[in-house]
Amino acid sequence: MYIGLQHYLILSALLFSIGLYGALAKKNAIVILICIELMLNAVNVAMVGFSRFVVPAQLTGQVFALFIMVVAAAEVAVGVAIIMSLYRHRETIDATKVDLLKW
Amino acid sequence: MGLAIAFWILAIVAIAGALGVVLLKNVFRAALSLILCLLAVAGLFITLSADFLAAVQILIYVGAISVLIILAIMLTREVTQGSPSGRFRIPAFIVAVLFFAVVAYAMVNTNWQIATAPPLEPTTAALAGKLFGEKGFILPLEIASVLLLAAILGAIVLVREK
Repeated sequence: MYIGLQHYLILSALLFSIGLYGALAKKNAIVILICIELMLNAVNVAMVGFSRFVVPAQLTGQVFALFIMVVAAAEVAVGVAIIMSLYRHRETIDATKVDLLKW
Repeated sequence: MGLAIAFWILAIVAIAGALGVVLLKNVFRAALSLILCLLAVAGLFITLSADFLAAVQILIYVGAISVLIILAIMLTREVTQGSPSGRFRIPAFIVAVLFFAVVAYAMVNTNWQIATAPPLEPTTAALAGKLFGEKGFILPLEIASVLLLAAILGAIVLVREK
């Protein structure tokens, strides 16, 4: 059977939705960070799928996926640093208990 | 045919890993499940003939990012408390299902301009030409390196003992 662009797009949407559910529903800050990584990865699958099936000779989607990986690495470094600093000051990483900015 | 079998196996493993991330109670097991999902996505990149991206995926995501996340889990000692869901579990589920329905509807009903040309292989030299060559992505590349530097400095400042 033929595997086309839409198979990859549906898979990407499914992974993104699972990550979205986790990022919205979970309380642990590290699990929220993990779920955001999952969403970024789902977007990468869609990007590389477009690159393979729509412009197979140009690789533009793969370049975008590389930039997404750079941004994801930077995001995870800063996110882990924020979680460490949070744990050091407040002894918790429960996202519902950290409401300093709540009005 | 082989490509189809590989796609279905890797897709099922990736979705099982993603479900494990949100369903497992133990945070450490959730992180291991994330690694499984990332490895399956690297395999999917190979089925899309993106060999360089698959290697980079394993190096950066499976190698570096997951180590950082596991380090954070170990240092915050919240493994015993698990990863409970907050008050918004059911609204979040509804939002995720609605999002998937809308996006899947749009993806299935759009008439994509599928090209029949064979994919470029191997991609490493071509990607380097795209990134560094004439009319390439050299300016975004330099901005990305500045972003990485800023992220490293920000992380050091945030975790430094006062």
